[in-house]
Amino acid sequence: MEITEDTIKHVATLSRLEIDEKDIGKVTEQMSSIINMADQLSEVNTDGVKETVQVVDRDTVFREDKPEHWQDRDELMKNVPDQANGFIKVPVIINKDEDE
Amino acid sequence: MNYLNEDIDSLNEKLAQGTLSADKLAQDTIDNIKKTDDKLNAWITVQEDAKPQNDLDFAHNKLAGIPIAIKDNIITDGVKTTAASHILDNYIPVYDATVIERLKKAQVTLVGKTNMDEFAMGSSTEHSYFGITHNPWNLDKVPGGSSGGSAVAVASGQVVAALGSDTGGSIRQPSAFNGIFGIKPTYGRVSRWGLIAFASSLDEIGVMSKRAKTSAEVLNVIAGSDDHDSTLSTRAVPDFTKYIGQDVKGMHVAVVKEYMAAVDGDMRAVLQEQIDALEKAGAIITEVSLPLTKYVVPDYYIIASSEASSNLQRFDGIRYGYRAQDTKNLLDVYVKSRSEGFGEEVKRRIMLGSFALSAGSYDRFFRQASKVRTLICDEFDKIFAENDVIVGPTTTTPAFGIGSEISDPIKMYNNDILTISANLVGIPAASVPAGLVDGMPVGLQIMAKRFDEGSIFQVADFIERTNKFYEKTPTGMED
Repeated sequence: MEITEDTIKHVATLSRLEIDEKDIGKVTEQMSSIINMADQLSEVNTDGVKETVQVVDRDTVFREDKPEHWQDRDELMKNVPDQANGFIKVPVIINKDEDE
Repeated sequence: MNYLNEDIDSLNEKLAQGTLSADKLAQDTIDNIKKTDDKLNAWITVQEDAKPQNDLDFAHNKLAGIPIAIKDNIITDGVKTTAASHILDNYIPVYDATVIERLKKAQVTLVGKTNMDEFAMGSSTEHSYFGITHNPWNLDKVPGGSSGGSAVAVASGQVVAALGSDTGGSIRQPSAFNGIFGIKPTYGRVSRWGLIAFASSLDEIGVMSKRAKTSAEVLNVIAGSDDHDSTLSTRAVPDFTKYIGQDVKGMHVAVVKEYMAAVDGDMRAVLQEQIDALEKAGAIITEVSLPLTKYVVPDYYIIASSEASSNLQRFDGIRYGYRAQDTKNLLDVYVKSRSEGFGEEVKRRIMLGSFALSAGSYDRFFRQASKVRTLICDEFDKIFAENDVIVGPTTTTPAFGIGSEISDPIKMYNNDILTISANLVGIPAASVPAGLVDGMPVGLQIMAKRFDEGSIFQVADFIERTNKFYEKTPTGMED
């Protein structure tokens, strides 16, 4: 199947990744060959076949919904890159002058 | 000291008798890693202050005081855990994975974290933010991957055993390339709590060591149900060491013709010798066919990448890991942190997964792959209805040259053609050394029914005793 630069740009957006404009040709070519390798599966007749998405030997597991003490707040905040007053700090979420 | 001629029994005996102290063992292990790792680069983090626990109980804990290496995608409390990625290169976990908790309870000495392909995506340990790992049999060859650092740490005698993870062959292929034993247990046998997720329906933690019995001892410790992982089976875990030292008479052994056809004449001859030895010892050999083998690579890459694209959403630069600078809004933090933090191969897989799951592609890719997975499971079920194990090659070639496949992703993906199916089907599988071809190790793969790791240990131990490969020293490690 044909994979265009626009398809790859769309997939990059979905993936929250950006591709440098100078690399887009090469990335499209590479992704196209990988996707076409994956598309070989279209040859297999799967009419009436059920899907397998996991190979677990148990049904849904239930447990009591009760709180547990696991870690202190300070411990959990240790890896946060930017914080203030015990909160995680992030930049503005929506720009005033432009839409996402 | 090194571990080239040691196993769990020999170490436990010396420790119990007092001819070797656990303190000295820990210190000598660190010293030897520092001495040998310049040329190998098997480690990301070495815990230079590693100390054995107090009150070691050598009679009850076979692993007491013995250093074991951990792949760097398994969470260790207070010890940097990176998954070999820039996006996690400053991450210090605040809890232990279940397998680490259990090793600590068994009084293991943890000495550090081993190199790997970033997020376990790769077959050569060339996709690491921390540099390439070298094969101790020939330093110009790759060690395989993604658990390349763990395999090299064992093969070069830096440790007696290591934990790895296997999503499509990441324990077995590097074990084969380095001439050691490595087992991926049944899906649901070992808790994944604290394993940095790649593809949740395929990922499995396992063990690598020179001798099968050593891995059996470690698996005894790490296997079994865990409230933190509801995909884990609740069935009882047998003592895997009881399968060591057994004969193979009457075992039904299947040989897959497509697998044997995938290797060249020299490799086939080495593998055939092992099969002949099994037959001579009374095993019943049957040739079988897995016609869908040619579709397992595309099937795996769709499923694994789809799951990865979902799992890796959590790396967004907010709560932990790398956060990009000079960002103008929240979306920008996500996009820049991910684009700067992930390596090329990881980005390719995330994009393939997003594509396969996206509107317009879902039916043709993800749904179709899930259906083909069912057909692959059916093929294996049929063979296991009449056979105890399947044996054959682990890889299509011995270790390839560093740099020879890195620029061709599809060629690299095809490395996994013989190992992927065990993950798709959820069965246990291992690689045991078969011999050498042009000076490089070749592995015999052994697969068994779900939860029958016992048969794998039985066959692997028989092969070990027959060909005595463990007596060999990697050529790159000779002084």
